[in-house]
Amino acid sequence: MKITELFERGEFVVSAEVGPPKGIHIEHVVEEAKTYLKGVHAVNVTDNQSSVMRLGSLAVCKVLKDAGLNPIFQLTCRDRNRIALQSDLLSAAMLGIENLLLLTGDHTKMGDHPQAKPVFDLDSVSLIHTVKQLESGVDLGGNALVGEPPKFAKGAVVSPCSDSVDAQLAKMERKVRAGAEYFQTQAVFEPEKFIKFMEKAKQFGKPVQVGIIIPKSAGMAKFMNNNVAGVHVPDDMIEELKKDKEKTKAGITGVEIAARIIKECKPYCQGIHIMALGWESKVPALLEQAGLSE
Amino acid sequence: MLMTQLKSKETIESLVAGKKVFILNCLGCKEIYFPEKEANELQKELSASGDVTGILTTDYVCNPDNLKLRLSKYQAEIDAADVVLVFSCGVGMQTVADYLENKRVYTACDTYPMPGFQGVTPLEYDCGQCGECYLNLTGGICPITACSKSLVNGQCGGSKDGKCEVDSNMECGWERIYRRLEKLGRLDAMKCPTQIRNYATDDETK
Ligand code: SF4
Ligand code: SF4
Repeated sequence: MKITELFERGEFVVSAEVGPPKGIHIEHVVEEAKTYLKGVHAVNVTDNQSSVMRLGSLAVCKVLKDAGLNPIFQLTCRDRNRIALQSDLLSAAMLGIENLLLLTGDHTKMGDHPQAKPVFDLDSVSLIHTVKQLESGVDLGGNALVGEPPKFAKGAVVSPCSDSVDAQLAKMERKVRAGAEYFQTQAVFEPEKFIKFMEKAKQFGKPVQVGIIIPKSAGMAKFMNNNVAGVHVPDDMIEELKKDKEKTKAGITGVEIAARIIKECKPYCQGIHIMALGWESKVPALLEQAGLSE
Repeated sequence: MLMTQLKSKETIESLVAGKKVFILNCLGCKEIYFPEKEANELQKELSASGDVTGILTTDYVCNPDNLKLRLSKYQAEIDAADVVLVFSCGVGMQTVADYLENKRVYTACDTYPMPGFQGVTPLEYDCGQCGECYLNLTGGICPITACSKSLVNGQCGGSKDGKCEVDSNMECGWERIYRRLEKLGRLDAMKCPTQIRNYATDDETK
């Protein structure tokens, strides 16, 4: 099902992220998704996340779809030129994958093959444009497609707590003009910043899902502050994670924090996107505490 | 070896329409293959129909000290102009845009690569000879060389504290572009149509 239909119906849309493994066995990934993510509307499958080579996003999307989940195919411009991207988009449509999240992608230097050639033939904006063009029955080279063209829900990302939020908003506008229909954000730990961002972003009239990470420890929070663009965990949250080590280790503190953030952001956005980063098992508790489980 | 070609007449005219223009030609290096004749004709037309405050034909605008010296005699003409139109390679244009950082500086040329000797690129400005110069959309900062991913539609999500995700010693090129456009009152350039690179320019099959 297209995630855009859910937004249109006025649902508060919940999605969660699944990272394919570096290998060919995904039974446990599917099991986990079936067990813990049945309460979410859609499941994002990352595309060689952080430039680390893994099992392909499209193949995992298909497996999850067959298992009864609603996949979102993440597609980056780092590893494929416009021919390969369009070919994969057609493949996705043929396999019945209806949701896309279109990204520029991290640089190859960030991952486990820093020697690789970074492609970036297209970028997030021109990739959205390309999908729209395919939907009109013509490829980027101007050649007609044979038969019925594909139709997707076209998603994109934005970083609301970035230190250059005005440049991010300008980019968001470009994505909207290119055809983006919904947005998922980088992880938010500062609801005030997110709310301010939404005051400006709402002019574009596109649904936004706030990005949520369950903080696992004070160390993880500090690591993100130093290394992850657009993410800042405030000091008092880090203190909260430090206070009761056992409680934090069990995930209780992290879930409390994340649930609080969701509640604060909820009136200002149209959904949440959970990046569980291995803590998929905590998703049901998080949704429960945030008042989102039924 | 580089080769510069003029942008289309319509493009150049749209850059200067209704504005007072100062024209700067660079005839520095022979390697550039500057289209002198076409440029002259176009400039004559602009002078006849429009408002040209002055024309300076000089050399090596890519050398900031040289540029400063050459421009010093034309300060009044430059001040009187709304737009400075530069006929040079991408490196020259970037040097001028940086030096006249509060002026709207536009390039009239696209810079292509040519096989053979590679021109020595001076100082911090670099041109990737992409063949479809973006400098008029980016406040005179080259997105091809100043952004690690050579993005042409704006900033990726990777910049942190104004630095590029790839190299924490490098300023994010798109952050610089955004700030420059902001300063020039040209943020409308961010609303331009979706840009798609044309690699076919490399072998002139454009
Ligand atoms: S955009 Fe950059 S690489 Fe392309 S011609 Fe202009 S200066 Fe050179
Ligand atoms: S952080 Fe800035 S310079 Fe680096 S790749 Fe992204 S947009 Fe380009």
